Amino acid sequence: MVPFTRVTGVAAPLIRDDVNTDEITPIQIARSLKPDYAELFFMRRRRRADGSLDPDFVFNRPQFGHPAILVTGRNFGCGSSRESAVWAMLAVGIRCIVARSFADIYRENCLQNGVLPIELGDADADALTRRAVAADGAVYFTADLETRSISGPGGPDIAFEISAADRLRLLEGLDDIGLTLKHDAEIAAFEARVRGERPWQQTAADSRSLKGQ
Amino acid sequence: MPQTLFDKVWDSHLVARRADGRDLIYIDRHVLHELHAPHAFEKLAKANRGVRRPDLTFSMQDHTIATKPGRDDTTNPEGAPFLRAMREGSARNGIRVFDLGDPEQGISHVVAPELGMVLPGATHAVPDSHACTVGGLGALAFGVGTTELEHVLATQVLATRRPKRMRIRLDGRLADQVGAKDVALRIIAEIGVDGARGHAVEYAGAVARVMPIESRLTLCNLAIEMGARSGFVAPDDTTFSWISGRPWAPQGALWETALASWRHLASDDDAQFECDIAVDCESLEPQITWGTDPSQTIAVTGRVPDPERAPSDRRAAMQRALDYMGLTPGTPIAGLPVNRVFIGSCTNARLPDLVAAAAVARGRRVADGVVAMVVPGSSTVKREAEAAGLDRVFRDAGFFWGESGCSMCAGGNGDRGEAGERCVSTTNRNFENRQGPGVRTHLVGPAMAAAAAVTGRIVDVRRLGEGA
Repeated sequence: MVPFTRVTGVAAPLIRDDVNTDEITPIQIARSLKPDYAELFFMRRRRRADGSLDPDFVFNRPQFGHPAILVTGRNFGCGSSRESAVWAMLAVGIRCIVARSFADIYRENCLQNGVLPIELGDADADALTRRAVAADGAVYFTADLETRSISGPGGPDIAFEISAADRLRLLEGLDDIGLTLKHDAEIAAFEARVRGERPWQQTAADSRSLKGQ
Repeated sequence: MPQTLFDKVWDSHLVARRADGRDLIYIDRHVLHELHAPHAFEKLAKANRGVRRPDLTFSMQDHTIATKPGRDDTTNPEGAPFLRAMREGSARNGIRVFDLGDPEQGISHVVAPELGMVLPGATHAVPDSHACTVGGLGALAFGVGTTELEHVLATQVLATRRPKRMRIRLDGRLADQVGAKDVALRIIAEIGVDGARGHAVEYAGAVARVMPIESRLTLCNLAIEMGARSGFVAPDDTTFSWISGRPWAPQGALWETALASWRHLASDDDAQFECDIAVDCESLEPQITWGTDPSQTIAVTGRVPDPERAPSDRRAAMQRALDYMGLTPGTPIAGLPVNRVFIGSCTNARLPDLVAAAAVARGRRVADGVVAMVVPGSSTVKREAEAAGLDRVFRDAGFFWGESGCSMCAGGNGDRGEAGERCVSTTNRNFENRQGPGVRTHLVGPAMAAAAAVTGRIVDVRRLGEGA
């Protein structure tokens, strides 16, 4: 995983609650195992019913064409567990999402991909949203994980909370499977113990094929 | 200290606490599908890692698979690369595939319970947000992303944080023609689409207790739509007799041992929940969504709500939903003309769902101009429905009767509606564009969906035959 220290760039405001992953990366009929995630990014939201680009949608406005930070509302990333909804953020350059809250699976998918999910309380979120709208892509914001603060035009730095573990994992770009495999012996011991205590959990077999043997 | 059911299952699956504070939770059954697993197989191969427990892992072909009778890989060419990659990755790693043509293929959340892979008090992971469905059997299930899926393949554990505990007590008794779907939608309407975020939800109370297993699966299926990490019903005799004899469930002496252990799977009397709420279901009517998220739900006897009379922070979203759905506040929801009806998905495509829909369709005809589809939740459900003659009922009424898969729930296999169509659907998400660009989805239970098909309008199924 790519480590995350800080990101500086355009902060794009998407002032909505409950943005779902179907909206971020819709399922296409014609698609491949390796799609262009930048093309999928809010693919349908970018267009009006007649197929033309909606000039008012934030990511269609030229100043927000290359965002680094997304500023949004409550419950961001709800719905489907599809990780493409995070890969698409990376594909367009977004490394940090600031929201009032995240859907659980989406937040985890961010952490797994080196995207910093920042949760702010209402007062800070209101202030940052106002400032991002006022900056209108012309002045950069910085999200710094080392100092746990967001800085930018229009006001003082905003401090944010993140668990020490999540912070360290992002800062060092740690391989999650590697971290777990340090506990390989404990996993094996657990399996051995459960085989004795709750054997039905450690075996899965089709009884019909067993009878046939 | 008194414990909740969640605590008991979590603690009995806790392998270790990692240095970064995450719990390693052992996964007893891991079920994959072809939309997400191929990425994980590829990453695993690149990292030179194997699958730790292929014997506890199962591959399902459901999201991209065609539903047309006589289907093969070429029926839906866009899905073929996914089906192939799933087959190859599973074969390489020694994982059993429930492939196209397998008599037990189907939607993972339908197949895993009906074959007895899911067990009470066991943990379950699926790279799909509706993993929570199988909580209906008293299992603790987690929906995960692709990287977490790769993690479970390599280690058989999930590295995660302990969720908070929530209990939803369902009081009263359900009226005729009111079911689990209506209960679930009502709960979401009351607590919101993030009302259970960060929580593992135990559904309790008289209503959950008398629900048959298929209804509990429907109830738990929608836990994710209020943001829950997991949803479950404590197992009881109804659960045990439902699982008994299913092919992958323990048999003989092992069954008896398992059963004795499962009888302890309940929250202790004084157990504490971070959030404990009650919902009165006594006067609940059939529910239907009017908007573009599952919390935008009203009774079928209701009227489309007015944003001006809603809390100020919800108005913009409501107005957006009204615009997308082509609705005006104050309009009675019953009576709206319908173009398309879909009966299917992991939410409502088990045998009793199809029985309920067929009871409405029997002897009637799909209204002119309406396209109506029934897609069984699994090939097993399809076979059982056919043995009961339900396919004839649907076909005689003019419904399409398909092969099993996720189909129009997410439209991943090309089954979808046309822009501007109003679609009454037994699925789980009424998000904008989900069932096709511009499609206007209304979520309901199976009998309500069948009633919409035969009248060509949104209708209160209780008033069908009154000329209503």
